Amino acid sequence: MRYSILELARQALSRHRGWKPAWRDAQPRDGYDIVIVGGGGHGLATAFYLASVHGLTRVAVVERGWIGGGNAGRNTTIIRSNYGLPGNEPFYEWAMKLWEGLEQTLNYNAMVSQRGVLNLCHSDAQRDAYARRGNAMRLHGVDSELLDVDGVRRLAPFLDFDNARFPVQGGLLQPRGGTARHDAVNWGYARAASDLGVDIIQNCEVTGFMTDAAGAVTGVETSRGPIRAGKVGLAVAGMTGVVAAKAGLKLPIESHALQAFVSEGLKPLIPGVITFGAGHFYVSQSDKGGLVFGGDIEGYNSYAQRGNLPVVEDVCEGGMALMPMIGRARLLRSWGGIMDMSMDGSPIIDRTPIPGLYLNAGWCYGGFKATPASGWCFAHLLATDSPHETATAFRLDRFRTGHLIDEKGVGAQPNLH
Amino acid sequence: MSGSSFRLPVGGLIDRTRPLTFTFDGKSYGGYSGDTLASALLANGVRLVGRSFKYHRPRGILTAGSEEPNALVTLRSGARAEPNTRATTIELYAGLEATSQNRWPNLDFDLLSVNQLLSPIFVAGFYYKTFMWPAKAWEKLYEPLIRRAAGLGALSGQEDPDHYEHDHAFCDLLVVGAGPAGLTAALTAAKAGLRVVLADEAPLAGGALLGERHVIDGMGGAEWAAARIAELRAMPNVRVLSRTVVFGRYDDGEHGAIERVADHLPQPAPHQVRQRLWKIVAAHTIMATGATERPLVFDGNDRPGVMLAGAVSTYINRFGVVPGDRAVVFAAADSGWQTAADLIAAGAEVKAVIDARPTVADALVAPVRAAGVPILLSGQVVATKGKRLHTVHAIDGAGAKHRFSVDLLAMAGGWNPQVALAAHLGHKPAWRSDISAYAVGEMPVGLRAAGAADSIPGLGAVLASGHRAAVAVVEAMGGKPPETLPPVAEDRPEAVSPVWSSGPCTGKAFVDYQHDVTASDIDLAVREGFTSVEHLKRYTTLGMATDQGRVGQVNGHGLLAAATGRGIAETGTIRARPPVQPVAIGAFGGHHRGRHFRPTRQTASHGWSTAQGATFVDAGQWKRAQWFARLGETSWRQSTDREVMMTRGGVGICDVSTLGKIELIGPDVGTLLDRLYVNTFSTLAIGKARYGMMLREDGMAFDDGTVTRFAEDRFFMTTTTANAARVMQHVDFARQVLWPDLDAQAVSVTEQWATYAVAGPASRQLLAAAFPDLDLSNAALPYMGALSFRWQGRAARLYRLSFSGELAYEVSVPADLGEALVRHLFAVGARYEVVPYGTEALGVMRIEKGHPAGNELNGTTTAADLGLGRMMSTKKDFIGRAMAMRPALVDPARPRLVGLIPVNGQSQIRGGAHLLAPGAAAVAANDEGYVTSACYSPTLGHPIALALLVRGDERHGQHVVVHDPVRGEDVLAKVVAPVFHDPSGEKLRG
Amino acid sequence: MRIPCPFCGSRDSREFVYRGDAAPARPTDGGLGADGEPMFDYVYLRDNPIGELEEFWYHAQGCRNWLRVVRDTRSHMISAAVLGAGHATGGQA
Repeated sequence: MRYSILELARQALSRHRGWKPAWRDAQPRDGYDIVIVGGGGHGLATAFYLASVHGLTRVAVVERGWIGGGNAGRNTTIIRSNYGLPGNEPFYEWAMKLWEGLEQTLNYNAMVSQRGVLNLCHSDAQRDAYARRGNAMRLHGVDSELLDVDGVRRLAPFLDFDNARFPVQGGLLQPRGGTARHDAVNWGYARAASDLGVDIIQNCEVTGFMTDAAGAVTGVETSRGPIRAGKVGLAVAGMTGVVAAKAGLKLPIESHALQAFVSEGLKPLIPGVITFGAGHFYVSQSDKGGLVFGGDIEGYNSYAQRGNLPVVEDVCEGGMALMPMIGRARLLRSWGGIMDMSMDGSPIIDRTPIPGLYLNAGWCYGGFKATPASGWCFAHLLATDSPHETATAFRLDRFRTGHLIDEKGVGAQPNLH
Repeated sequence: MSGSSFRLPVGGLIDRTRPLTFTFDGKSYGGYSGDTLASALLANGVRLVGRSFKYHRPRGILTAGSEEPNALVTLRSGARAEPNTRATTIELYAGLEATSQNRWPNLDFDLLSVNQLLSPIFVAGFYYKTFMWPAKAWEKLYEPLIRRAAGLGALSGQEDPDHYEHDHAFCDLLVVGAGPAGLTAALTAAKAGLRVVLADEAPLAGGALLGERHVIDGMGGAEWAAARIAELRAMPNVRVLSRTVVFGRYDDGEHGAIERVADHLPQPAPHQVRQRLWKIVAAHTIMATGATERPLVFDGNDRPGVMLAGAVSTYINRFGVVPGDRAVVFAAADSGWQTAADLIAAGAEVKAVIDARPTVADALVAPVRAAGVPILLSGQVVATKGKRLHTVHAIDGAGAKHRFSVDLLAMAGGWNPQVALAAHLGHKPAWRSDISAYAVGEMPVGLRAAGAADSIPGLGAVLASGHRAAVAVVEAMGGKPPETLPPVAEDRPEAVSPVWSSGPCTGKAFVDYQHDVTASDIDLAVREGFTSVEHLKRYTTLGMATDQGRVGQVNGHGLLAAATGRGIAETGTIRARPPVQPVAIGAFGGHHRGRHFRPTRQTASHGWSTAQGATFVDAGQWKRAQWFARLGETSWRQSTDREVMMTRGGVGICDVSTLGKIELIGPDVGTLLDRLYVNTFSTLAIGKARYGMMLREDGMAFDDGTVTRFAEDRFFMTTTTANAARVMQHVDFARQVLWPDLDAQAVSVTEQWATYAVAGPASRQLLAAAFPDLDLSNAALPYMGALSFRWQGRAARLYRLSFSGELAYEVSVPADLGEALVRHLFAVGARYEVVPYGTEALGVMRIEKGHPAGNELNGTTTAADLGLGRMMSTKKDFIGRAMAMRPALVDPARPRLVGLIPVNGQSQIRGGAHLLAPGAAAVAANDEGYVTSACYSPTLGHPIALALLVRGDERHGQHVVVHDPVRGEDVLAKVVAPVFHDPSGEKLRG
Repeated sequence: MRIPCPFCGSRDSREFVYRGDAAPARPTDGGLGADGEPMFDYVYLRDNPIGELEEFWYHAQGCRNWLRVVRDTRSHMISAAVLGAGHATGGQA
């Protein structure tokens, strides 16, 4: 059933009784060519591209709860491709290109909105670091603009320019950056994948892995019975450590909680995404009017999907320092997600030492923006057994060889990335 | 003005001796002290107060509490405008100014109410199915329209002029809610000697007692509450926080609470805060948060004039306002009958009491019947009419239709215990089919519920439960409960049957009022497969409005369960998240805004530097002098160039106190340092200093500095300013955790010493004049030598270190003598034309000398990248050594530190520019490195830079293109060794 | 969150700096033996357990002791805290 304004109008005449489920709520079959563990955005996108790009439709996505219930539905919906390191930038730009055509590809309005992402700088050294990053983006053919303080003032006149502890000196703008509606991304991929024959199996928790005599993974044990698979791909960021441990894998990943926040609805106030450079605060305004904002991770290992007051205060301090006009806006709701914090702050899309088991993990707090490319590249790896050209750096053995992708330069300390 | 047709002549807790005037949408009205904006509007007959989010439906006042979803207004104006404020919680004050929102041009005639006509298309999630063509039109056309239509109120866009502060409290028992259970609990625990904090969101204690008619211990309920709170306030071990919402429970008994200190005033008193954020750490907590009433779901259940029954009773009993002259009560719970009795007592004409249940307790029915009010059992309201409610259509148990001409419809759908606080740590509430609500289930350690929050029916039982909970806490704390018995009151019937939806719902039956989620939206979501509560929430936005589902969520989940054929317990519910009620962002920020966002650290010379015309720069939290402009200098470059030239030509002084400083003491410090640094310190002679480089355990360069040995077992370490705290942690980790067998103590002395670099050919003469007793000859104090001495009777130290590359020293005195020392040095130095120099000149001189600093020590460089590979000892283990040997870290093709000079001798090179081979296309594949630091070198008379260039150490003499597209044109540069000034180091040894 | 510092008593977690899993032990040879794996494991690999975790906290704004704290990563409940040189679980070396 194709979505369109005409279809909406037609359905309105029948009081919307004709709509079908967005995706089939599939029952597990005995076996599949490929089983993706994790029904978040990455897993669903992987299944969609396996089917649509590689023609593989004997594919299942198994999800322990309901699709999009993890970080795919708990993020601050920012999309951008403003990375500095060559291992990252082509990948995130590939994601951006896929975002730009996503609604037409999926026939689902994910509200991809390119209203710009502005990272503010507050010192000469920070400006030079952003220049380095902006130049790297240009070398990759990606849009970037280094703004001086007047340029920032034109975009965001409401910032505190006059009384700030760390005055804004400029910023790095990616005009093509912006936001997308996270739930719609998940549902759109699910619907499109399901239409192509992919089985989306909810309430199906993986409890173990089936292996053959040689130790290769041949399927998954689940709360709904065993499911054989030619290949198994893990896309369970946040829970990677727990699921990988069932296969005997120990990884360079820690799980950390990240809170996010939304205010009550307000009339339009903030044009794009703004990131404070002298504290931990980033903000955008949703189409519904809520200020969607966040900051630093909690800083300690956690699987609790919640946080504590110090980060709430820290984030709001950043917000008040940057834009003191939001003082009387009210924080409406907070929530928490569990981040797969890797040891260099960058993701892993790779085979594992266990034949038949493939890994998509370590997204830290940047997984949402990667969703389309993560799915595309993981599908490519699963289908061809070779990495996609934009994801060659996301190897699992890079920690052993030293080919780290450490944008922040803080080293093997996940809570600092 | 204050007299109006809807105000009762007597009664209520308002102060009729204090009439007030206020405006709503510019029109003036009267009320009384003790009113809320909502009660005052109702007293004046104002029914239409707001517009809904999506369909812009006319809305009135639904509740009398903080859960109000409809009556949101913008309070105050100008910079103090406060959008989305619930009229039901706004305490009336003289001159109060409120405006309606989300309407244009005005509340009564709102153009966007056209959305109601489009509502057949604007169903849940319609936007996911359209607005996709053409792709570019989303940002240009559709989204701007949607954004303008969405949102509720508007912020002023001006800085919030009010202040907020944070406070802490620690207690044995926190009681949340000063209703009958909370008051009883607090008093019981306080009498047992516990330290008690009692917090309540309202200005008056009493909770539900204020809105209902009860007798406790022979007193009226409100009177009883007033007596108890007075008693509590008088006790030294009790802190009563009124107007305070406990909004969140966090780990280990920490609670967040917001005290509305001045929201009930026109503006905060001078030097007072608007709100105070409390962080309350409690060993035990009693959640006496009461219950919230549910609406009933039927067509037109949102019209102005349709209200919750409990709210109707509250307006009558607490505010002396009858919200309508002609009323119908529609109940699925016994409490609705009490409202009917309240309406009758207040003189309203009750046209009917309709109860969805076939039987109701006689005790409830009898007085209503006695008043001659028609009663419809097994009845249902099926529709309403009127922009302001004027007609109610109902059917009775026999299916007969009834039509009532009314201006008020009171709904009693049952009560939801307020258990959100119990869920904040992830504990799940439990479905209770007997009360048709989620009640306390799993509870976190230290938290108990009491009263209506614990689903206790009847006032007598509620009082007893408060007493019981407090006794349990007292016993858990090892105390002795007081002998007192709980107060006595009668229990009334409180039965309820769930009615998730009434009638066929062919029109608009609202579940979530503010977001216009209807019963048919829930059906649609189920049809499309959004059957988990989380999918339902996200697809329809049920529960995402400002009341966070307090009003509509249970009804919504009941409808979902019905539509999917599941039980409600199986359907599950949404995890409650903090805050329980929305909290101003400014309150969380507290004083940490503007210039007080973070602490400001000043060195001992700050005042002196200010007087010398210094411009300061932020270095972390420190303020450092950046340059010292002299008369006639108009740019920082002029000042900086002069400072460099006068230092290199004579003598300059720079405050370097911000460097991290660590004193290390113990027989094994040498061994510890050998493991911390790549090079060796155990062999360092007493009275000598040595430059050292530390790695992280992953092999990357971490920090650099010097270590000086003052005695066999006494060393002094410096770190970079940026890494001072992290190096201290690192040293402590090494000595406490990695090698606890080493006898080595360490202490940060960063703030204990004031340190000045005295640099330049005349530095020795200056210091000799400043400290005439010291022997500063090369023999006595050679390069990298150090000595201790006394100045003004205090310990002082002199190091012969050079960051500038000149003959140079660093002199340290206790920080409190810092300003005296700088004055002394400049007084003595006048004859040598000594200049102060700032961080810009410091930076220029270090680039001229090729010293790595923060830009080069960026966490992704190795010692070898920085040209310091030879320092790495091969004779010992040190932190980072093994990982530094990984293949990618010893790859000769890594970028290495080089110097750059523009070939034309003039073009500026900027930090952050990338490097390309001449002729190579500007694409990522040809990227060969980047500029880390750049400046104009006044010493050399042309720009210079440091850069990390692939195989740079092999490319001295070659050309590279400096590519900086975000800022300017390409510059051709020559690669040179990264030491531009005095490469042989003769000057610093001079 | 409150950390029961064995030196200072129960203190707000705001006073502390977190480091992470305390189980990996630095190889006594500094990873310089023929097999580089132990050092790689120490620096990079984590059990990342869902449940009890012994971890390092540094009382930066207090006594400046490194602590070993046993905390549940699901509930954040702390069951033990000792000075860093000791072993909170009495387990591995």
